[in-house]
Amino acid sequence: MKGTVVDDVALVMDAGDVVATALADLDAGDRLPPAEGTPIDEPIRLEEDVPFGHKVALVRIDAGDEVQKYGEVIGRASDGIAPGEWVHTHNCESTRGRGDLEDAGADDPGGEAV
Amino acid sequence: MDEFEGYRRPDGAVGVRNHVAVIPISVTASGLAKRVANDAGDGVRATPHGMGARQPAPAREQTRRVLSGVGRNPNVGAALVVALGTEEIDTDAIADDVAATGKPVETLSIREVGGTAAAVEAGIERARGLRAEADGARRESADASELIFAVECGGSDATSGIAANPAVGDACDRLVAAGGTVSFSETPEFIGAEHVLAERCVDQTTRDRLLDRVAAREDMAREMGVDLRGAQPTPGNKEGGLTTIEEKSLGAIVKGGTTPIRGLVDYAESLPTGGGLVLMDTPGFDVESVVGKVAGGAQVVAFTTGRGSTTGNPIAPVIKVTGNPNTWDRMANNIDVNASTVMDGESLPSIGERIYRTILDTADGRRTEAERRGLTEFAINEVHATAPRGGTGS
Repeated sequence: MKGTVVDDVALVMDAGDVVATALADLDAGDRLPPAEGTPIDEPIRLEEDVPFGHKVALVRIDAGDEVQKYGEVIGRASDGIAPGEWVHTHNCESTRGRGDLEDAGADDPGGEAV
Repeated sequence: MDEFEGYRRPDGAVGVRNHVAVIPISVTASGLAKRVANDAGDGVRATPHGMGARQPAPAREQTRRVLSGVGRNPNVGAALVVALGTEEIDTDAIADDVAATGKPVETLSIREVGGTAAAVEAGIERARGLRAEADGARRESADASELIFAVECGGSDATSGIAANPAVGDACDRLVAAGGTVSFSETPEFIGAEHVLAERCVDQTTRDRLLDRVAAREDMAREMGVDLRGAQPTPGNKEGGLTTIEEKSLGAIVKGGTTPIRGLVDYAESLPTGGGLVLMDTPGFDVESVVGKVAGGAQVVAFTTGRGSTTGNPIAPVIKVTGNPNTWDRMANNIDVNASTVMDGESLPSIGERIYRTILDTADGRRTEAERRGLTEFAINEVHATAPRGGTGS
């Protein structure tokens, strides 16, 4: 598997990533220990349950910050996210195909806002 | 040298199956095609679809390309082209395209033979005659370099990007190293990862074409009044842990491996042979996307699925790969390769080697789970009037 497995339960795909993917159903209160090749330098306590395949924040992510996985941008935080919080559609959103954000991007070739 | 036993066609291409294809020109002949394929005996496969007798020119051209391509696919040993008889697409022209490969072809018009009952009878008789002719094809050793291998994903989840897709990507790299040709597609699932693909294009033309097609797909979502977020990722993708289209795309593109991108072709356009990775501009709907690549000449397909998919194809064997241990437990009789072992420590190259061997075994005649279960979904992508510049067939 590419990336770094933390404690057999979470996968960090790239050292620059701010999220890890759960390799098992994780429970609130579980801890991720520091691991080389990840941004975890002190134990992270899970704030909530994170189902298999879903993502957990490894660092503080402020609203509007880019969220990185695979060493690439997968979206933007729509809310502040603390280390150990579940990262999903409630607090992370796509920056693509966003007709509703077109006004800001004057040089974007896209169509009308929807 | 990696070899398999295939069916050498008169034009030199090699089939991994020897089907008689019953190809309807329109939806009005699709029922007849299914009936004939069911009743004519083993080895006769219908490609029923929902396209009407009259379509706007770009849509008609795309349908014509799919139907010709399916008949020309090397897995087809002989073809019967069926029509109601009032379609705008010329039945004889499709038959001529297929006949140009040197394979036996016949046509049948429901109107000309006197309606459905007579057409079923005539269709079965012609299909049986074609079956007998196709059975004369000789099997001979062929090289892995003669394979066009298509890669698809459907029902993606977080394991797709972690396990199944990179493992299939490893198998793609092995096939390309052996001289084979690989194609993956699903342009909506390039969105957010197109910069990674663009860097791998061999020339500026391919790079511009790729970026243009991705922009066209993104524009289409907007012009159709769809916020991409409403449809991509799908609810199932989200339940499986995928949050955004960018995340889905970054996980999806690794299924094509790591070799340079030689080119990008239209939906159902002939895939160039001669080795290497070629993209096709297809929709994300997996059945239509697989059909596009099979019409382009792909003989073998691999289909990765996290959440579980049962999709097959009437013409090309479809190898299913999952990276999700729960899906493997639940749906093992629909899945050919378990890649979830990556989570127990099996290396990606080790799984990639298993998949590569499965491709060669499948080419050699071993039936896939989808074939064992008779799963033969077929659908043609429709060109919409709202499709923007650069969209498929427009």
